[in-house]
Amino acid sequence: MTTTGGSIPGAVDMPPTIDEIVRTLTLQAGFNTTSVIVGTTLLGIAAGLIGAFALLRKRSLTADALSHATLPGICIAFLAAPSLGLAPRSMPVLMIGAAITGVLGVVCIHLLITKTRLREDASIGIVLSVFFGLGVVLLSVIQTNASGNAAGLNHFIYGQTAAMTRSDTITMGVIGVFSAAVALLLLKELSLVCFNDSFARATGIPAWLMDTVILGLIVLVTVSGLQAVGLILIVAMLIIPAASARFWTERLWKLILLSALIGGASGYAGSSVSALLPRKPAGSVIVLTAGALFAASMFLAPARGVLATALRRARIRWRIANDHLLEYLFENTNTSPGRPLSDIADEHGIPSLRFKLLAKALQIRGFITMSNGVATLTHIGSARGARVARNHALWEQYLITHADIAPSHVDWSVDQVEHVLDDELVRRLERLLAESRA
Amino acid sequence: MSDLAYGFIALDLMPMLAGVLAALCCGLLGNHLVLRQQSLMGDAISHAVLPGLVLAFLVGGTINPAYMFLGAGASAIVTVVLIQLVRRLGRVEPGAAMGVIFSVLFALGVFLLEQGNARAVDLDASCVLYGNLESLSLHWTPADTWDAFLSKATLEQIPRQIWTLLGMTGASIVFMVLFFKELRISAFDPGISTAQGINASAIQFLLMVFVAAAAVASFEAVGSILVIAMLICPAATARLLTDRMGSQILVSALAALGASVGGYFLSANAPESLVHGGSVNAAGMMAVIGGVLLVLTIIASPRHGIVARAVHRQKLSRRIAMEDLLTTLYRAREAGAPHHASGMPAVARAKSSGLVTAKNGALSLTERGLADASAIIRRHRLWEGYLVDRAGLLPDHVHAVAETLEHLDSPSPNETDAPHGDQHGKPIPPAS
Repeated sequence: MTTTGGSIPGAVDMPPTIDEIVRTLTLQAGFNTTSVIVGTTLLGIAAGLIGAFALLRKRSLTADALSHATLPGICIAFLAAPSLGLAPRSMPVLMIGAAITGVLGVVCIHLLITKTRLREDASIGIVLSVFFGLGVVLLSVIQTNASGNAAGLNHFIYGQTAAMTRSDTITMGVIGVFSAAVALLLLKELSLVCFNDSFARATGIPAWLMDTVILGLIVLVTVSGLQAVGLILIVAMLIIPAASARFWTERLWKLILLSALIGGASGYAGSSVSALLPRKPAGSVIVLTAGALFAASMFLAPARGVLATALRRARIRWRIANDHLLEYLFENTNTSPGRPLSDIADEHGIPSLRFKLLAKALQIRGFITMSNGVATLTHIGSARGARVARNHALWEQYLITHADIAPSHVDWSVDQVEHVLDDELVRRLERLLAESRA
Repeated sequence: MSDLAYGFIALDLMPMLAGVLAALCCGLLGNHLVLRQQSLMGDAISHAVLPGLVLAFLVGGTINPAYMFLGAGASAIVTVVLIQLVRRLGRVEPGAAMGVIFSVLFALGVFLLEQGNARAVDLDASCVLYGNLESLSLHWTPADTWDAFLSKATLEQIPRQIWTLLGMTGASIVFMVLFFKELRISAFDPGISTAQGINASAIQFLLMVFVAAAAVASFEAVGSILVIAMLICPAATARLLTDRMGSQILVSALAALGASVGGYFLSANAPESLVHGGSVNAAGMMAVIGGVLLVLTIIASPRHGIVARAVHRQKLSRRIAMEDLLTTLYRAREAGAPHHASGMPAVARAKSSGLVTAKNGALSLTERGLADASAIIRRHRLWEGYLVDRAGLLPDHVHAVAETLEHLDSPSPNETDAPHGDQHGKPIPPAS
């Protein structure tokens, strides 16, 4: 039986008192607990920061392969350390080993993509599974060969936050500050490469160098997070905060800031919960916290969240329906004045409740007046109805005469696209059409 | 029955059989994942089955295979659906969506594992990763004579995991044979597939269900890491060797077979000097051999391999160097100036194949060399004419393009394609 994760020591099988909670959250609950909380918070911040770039460069799953590929490195470092006169379990040695095979894995992915006909997904999967398989083989070699002190190595797979020491916390602090500094210094270059790498190359920024910088930072975060959350879950700390932050903003610096914030918050909350409650492995609680923040962001964020998007769409649909009705009314004023509204509804197959609401809305906006079920357009209502009808006709004409160059992203059904046109475009269209008719 | 045979049957047959079946089952289905560029779905699914397994364990109280299968299968389907949901609703990049979902589910699994009694019993997180192949021999005590071995009693002893894997492999083969056409067309062109009345997304979902089932059936014996390796490596190996769907599947099956059998033997017979006890983790070794087979293929594949491509490039560059030498000599001859190129490898080759002779250090074309050179010059000048007359390029822009086109094997233009003759007033050599 392998211990997975491992709770932070001090947690007992009892709900924590308020005093304990306050002390833990304000970092006054003993040296070990505090250094674990500070360490994971810093790790979260660093991972969130780097993860933002990894997400924009679409390297999320490369990071996954990288972290799996660290396992053989850890094992080789463990096996090789004694012959180099080093203690096999010393963290720096294991971390260097991890970094070497991690980078080797990424190099292999790059070679597979560029030198063979295999695609990125297959290349990532191959490196991930074969390197990890090698790690498992080496792990079994170590477990059968060495004496009891070897057993700890598989903690790197699931992580063991409890084993974090003060020097680990300092390492994470240094890495956090370092990666923040690099990201700030290279913000312009990195953002150019992230959004338009061919343009970046044209302006003299070597995209490969920026990718290497991002990769280097990912390696740094991955290796330093092995101890705390383990090599399977560290990728979550790189991906999830950035993916959550993406829902909130379209601006890069905000994305980076938010991603770091979400990462830090997950680290802080996760390790605090783990310290306060029994049997709550910190690594998984941190990732679950991040996952909850992701879900909340996905649904609630005002910029790109699911609810906000649905609301916006509904509003547009409503406006379009309003305009349609105005247009019908406008056309009917010319052909058959005094026709009851319900007739129009039947003709166009609009459900009656929706139709009543629509008519009410137009009434409130002052576009129509109602008497005995007959709608009359007001002055502004008929002006707007005329404009919608004219747009409609213009666009129809545009599609007929210029269909070959009509933008492909608009909806081809004529009923919809009229709402896309702004006044400026309409004027241009009018000129165009006048020319094409002449 | 000899001791050797009995030892093999008693100790190695069951673990090896499990490995081979898991590799076959995943390796076959993997073809469609690799072709659809969804190799990492296997990775996501096999990580994300953990919470389902633990929940099934917590509910069932013991290791109950039916519960476990249901739990893992349910969480596999949940994974597929959630990834789709995050991609569609949240407009998240596919890689990131996958990463978010499987890591959160895996974390949930690790979290649940620490609750309740799961920790104390033999539901082991590392077993999920690298399986428990060796334990398959534990309750397997076959008879030691062939007559007794080949009886019904032996069948009853075969571990449940083997039956599960056998069933799953059979089901995968049936699925792939029955839906061969549908799977192929929906992988290559979902648009055409839909136009022909084959629902591409339904086929896609069905494939995911099979991948999930294969992962669940395999993980208990071989662990998720071998599942991921076998879903991708054999199919990738075949991808480098063939361009046809049928042979792709056959080759991938062979690669899966090779990786599992080879990996098992290597793991069971590791050198005693390196490994105390002479055995290492079999599932890990199979994954490694899968990778080794792939690397060998990358190097040695007859058409797409590194060696083959290097040889091909070398041949081509030699031919081009030779053709350039011949045309240089042709032009020198046309201008009436002797040519003194020497020391180039192409010169030596041209001499030895009798295309060029040297007199007092000056090179000249032999009769055969002249014929070859005329043909190339003819192609060059006709291409130049064609580029100006038909493609509308400016006369001073066409030389460099024609310099490339003259080496092509494909048919070159003739006089009707370039009615104005050579752009620089030179004669076009007649066709031989």
